Amino acid sequence: MPETLVLGWRQYRLERRMFWRNPSAAFFNFVLPLLFLVAGGILLSGSQSDLDRLVPAIAGMSVMSTTFTALAYNIVFLRERGVLKRIRGTPLPTVSYFAGVAANAVTNTALQIAIVILAGKLFFGIGWPLEWLELVVFVVAGVISFAALGVAFAHVIPNFESTAAYVNAVFLPVVFVSFYVFDSPSAPQFLRTIADALPLKPLIEGLYAAMVSGSSLSDNLDSLAVIVIWGIFGLYLAVRGFSWERSSR
Amino acid sequence: MSESPAIEVTALRKRYGDYEAVRGIDISVNRGEVFGLLGPNGAGKTTTVEILEGYRSRSGGEVSVLGLDPADRSIELRRQIGIVLQSGRIYSHVTPREALAHWASFYPHPRAVDEVLDLVGLTASAEVRSRKLSGGQLRRLDFALALVGDPELIFLDEPTTGFDPEARRNAWETIRSLRALGKTVLLTTHYLEEAQVLADRVAIVKDGRVLAIGPPRDLGVGTGADGNRYNVAYRDEDGSLVEQQTDDPTRLLHELTTRALEEGRVLEDLSVARPTLEDVYLELTADA
Repeated sequence: MPETLVLGWRQYRLERRMFWRNPSAAFFNFVLPLLFLVAGGILLSGSQSDLDRLVPAIAGMSVMSTTFTALAYNIVFLRERGVLKRIRGTPLPTVSYFAGVAANAVTNTALQIAIVILAGKLFFGIGWPLEWLELVVFVVAGVISFAALGVAFAHVIPNFESTAAYVNAVFLPVVFVSFYVFDSPSAPQFLRTIADALPLKPLIEGLYAAMVSGSSLSDNLDSLAVIVIWGIFGLYLAVRGFSWERSSR
Repeated sequence: MSESPAIEVTALRKRYGDYEAVRGIDISVNRGEVFGLLGPNGAGKTTTVEILEGYRSRSGGEVSVLGLDPADRSIELRRQIGIVLQSGRIYSHVTPREALAHWASFYPHPRAVDEVLDLVGLTASAEVRSRKLSGGQLRRLDFALALVGDPELIFLDEPTTGFDPEARRNAWETIRSLRALGKTVLLTTHYLEEAQVLADRVAIVKDGRVLAIGPPRDLGVGTGADGNRYNVAYRDEDGSLVEQQTDDPTRLLHELTTRALEEGRVLEDLSVARPTLEDVYLELTADA
């Protein structure tokens, strides 16, 4: 067992090193959400209540991009290039490998959330989070759910060239619907129903509660439940459909 | 150490839906042997090897690799085998030295990274990120990654396909050095020359079956069209080429040369040849 942990740690360190050496990955993970934050901040400047909603929304989007998007990309890339098949032929335990990969995604999420919180505090007049425990619970639930969904989604993507199209076909609509419904009380009911059923808007609600409104975890259990259900669904599909090789026939 | 075979395959079958890729293969590979699976594309070579490597399940038959069943995918077995896949890349942003150090950590008794770099001839590129390596250098890294765990048994699936002649000779050198280390090697190839040069024994595979098995130089025995081993050729009085097959070339040559001497003739272009692996291969794989 300790050896499994040591190997997971080594995989994690390799993943970190590779992450920092890949400028485009670093850009999409850190710079893009910040650009959204800055753009939104400029558009909404003057209305503190709007900014109060913008920052948790960007934080929620960051969780999705550092896990769902990043993992779908990575898994497809490694699968299509044969790296996964090669790893499968070594004694590296599967658990250690995925622990390293997941810990890498979690680190990116944590860094990203820290940046967003800091930016909110410094530039957008938002205080420190009010409910730290609630923040951690929602971030952890969001990371597990979106990471599992990203790995599961990789199974649907047939080749690396089409990854961007597949990922954005999910990522962008989910972000737009969730942002729109979260931000606008007058959103049509059918959009509201969709957004409430998807995991991103409940995550943003939870982050908003933890970071801004201070409403307690027990008041947001319904949001947490939606995220957890998606997480269970995602884990089931991720494990069941996982493919170590590009499909040949 | 009682020397049980490194690989023992009995009546192996693999079915994909309606298509049967492997139809009853029997192979036994001794320890320390370089064994070649030779056959045209689609013969079932890769399917067979991937079953032995633990990548695929089998539909029937018995398989033992170093005394273990590869279908169990035990870590114990994976620690003792090295795999060079037909194709496959490595992380783009990692150098050969880093990749080898990482891979070495998976194994209980790895070889020194520098030693492996040297063995495959990658020392000069050890610090170059793999996305900047050439195709040939990446292939050498494939070898290195398969060797760094110091495995007993190495699988090489078409290790030199797409190589230029010089790269191929270099790869052959590496494979010979594995043999010198006492390792067992299972090699698939569709290059006759490669099998002939490297393998102690060869199985010729086609349509999921073994057509012939044995050392490359003996493979002609009993498998030629009429069972004769030697081909004796010479030019007769008219200058046309005569070929005769025989089991007993000494006697035939004696008769021919005695008569020629008596008649005061020269046997132009006299030759005695055994069927090459190529002859056997072409004969066995030519139907369709």
